[in-house]
Amino acid sequence: MAEAMQELFGPAGVWITWILQCVAIVAPLIVSVAYLTYVERKVIGAMQMRKGPNVVGPLGLLQPFADAFKLLFKETIVPTGADRFVFFMAPMLTLLLALVAWAVIPFQEGWVVSNINVGMLYILAVSGLAIYGVMMAGWASNSRYAFLGSLRSAAQMISYEVSMGLIIISVILTAGSMNLTDIVLAQKGVWFGVIHFPMFVLFVISIMAETNRVPFDLPQSDAEIVAGFHVEYSAMGFALFYLGEYANMILMSGVCVVLFLGGWLPPLDMAPFTWIPGIVWFFLKMAVILFVYIQARATLPRYRYDQLMRLGWKVFLPLSLLWLVLTASVLFFTGLWPEYGA
Amino acid sequence: MTLAVDAVFYLFSIVCVVSALMVVVSRNPVHSVLWMITVFINGAGLFVLLNAEFLAMVLVIVYAGAVAILFTFVVMMLDLDFTGPALRSKQTLLVGLAVGAVLLGDLFVMLSEWSVSPKAEALRASPTPDLSTVSNTVALSRILYTDYIFLFQTAGLILLVAMVGAVLLTFRRQRHQRQDVSVQLARSKSETLKMNRVENGKGIS
Repeated sequence: MAEAMQELFGPAGVWITWILQCVAIVAPLIVSVAYLTYVERKVIGAMQMRKGPNVVGPLGLLQPFADAFKLLFKETIVPTGADRFVFFMAPMLTLLLALVAWAVIPFQEGWVVSNINVGMLYILAVSGLAIYGVMMAGWASNSRYAFLGSLRSAAQMISYEVSMGLIIISVILTAGSMNLTDIVLAQKGVWFGVIHFPMFVLFVISIMAETNRVPFDLPQSDAEIVAGFHVEYSAMGFALFYLGEYANMILMSGVCVVLFLGGWLPPLDMAPFTWIPGIVWFFLKMAVILFVYIQARATLPRYRYDQLMRLGWKVFLPLSLLWLVLTASVLFFTGLWPEYGA
Repeated sequence: MTLAVDAVFYLFSIVCVVSALMVVVSRNPVHSVLWMITVFINGAGLFVLLNAEFLAMVLVIVYAGAVAILFTFVVMMLDLDFTGPALRSKQTLLVGLAVGAVLLGDLFVMLSEWSVSPKAEALRASPTPDLSTVSNTVALSRILYTDYIFLFQTAGLILLVAMVGAVLLTFRRQRHQRQDVSVQLARSKSETLKMNRVENGKGIS
């Protein structure tokens, strides 16, 4: 594609390609975020035997846009004593980080903006930086509730990142590469979600903690600290946090699909499954993970803070470490390890 | 393409230097930490330009994603009066200048007397594999886990000692309440809940 564009536009073709690729990812992503909020309300409504949004537009389908416009036209309020620059940087950073990570996610073989060798590390790095959005927001708001929320959030995200990293190492060992396309292609025979089933479960729970979702939504637990780190935000700032949170959810489910559910590969390499294009499989699998996210929100109560830390450090960390050693030993002694050259 | 690479290099390095300056200059310690994170990220950008993508990502994960978080954590908790005169008094300026001068002197002495042991030189000469056939992650690990295995393990041990020390400092046999989650979860309804039938107008004595 880049070559064709270069022929058409000369040297500027590369830049035009990049811009088009960015738009091709960001625009559908924003729409998906909008409709993820809609799906979330509909699913939770159904689970609680309500109807969910059903007034704006047919079946309430225009509800996300109504919300977006409402937030857009609200007044931006800056608390007194707030650090204005950091206060406005925080939501932007949150959304930005949720967007840039998509650069390395392969939607189908070759359908990736940047097919880098260290794709998995890049995702870890970007999701690690996501804490700053929360911490900056909590500190700059000059509010106790916000600050408490951001402190909790920082501790929580750091804790779960450790076990997430160990889980990812197990997968990388089995795949023999940190390139996300290679990780998917290594799952041609059997998905890593089957081989590493316990880690798959841990990973799904970890990404819930990493994105601050129920049952790990302590940073914004409404009952104790109002709304946590974004309590002082209104209008567009709040909307950006909201967008960032949901974009992060979608991103993490994408990562989960790539690591454990075989990315764009069909479940069985047989006729009726291979008729469906890979990208459809990718989105279907993501939808399944997102549904788990949402139904967990309607099912589970919030963790207490010490329980959350205990789960992260005393359960997840030893388990994933044990599994890592186990994986490495099995690969080593059976001689099944892949070629670690590329 | 080289022009673009050059432009990106200058962008990263200028931002890097300017934010490094801002770390020192800015009055607010939280701003200093945030500028420092900018330095890390731009440093990672420079690593990417050198084709050292593994180091770049590790720099962001370890320094920006973990170490600087803890800095931020501590600095945000401090109730510093950063407009006060204490930080800018002449005394601190003199001490700072003295320390700076000593360090600069050290640097000059070291650079003039620097010699490399032949053994280290031999280690440095370990063949760089062809980067078109192996990724630099693999190339790095091949050296790290063979030639440098003892240094690598020692570094790990030092970190372990630091960790044990930190744990020991906070680990005291205190009289504070402990929560045993398994006991808490094992409680049954009969232990905690008692249903009373209350007659109207009488209440429970």
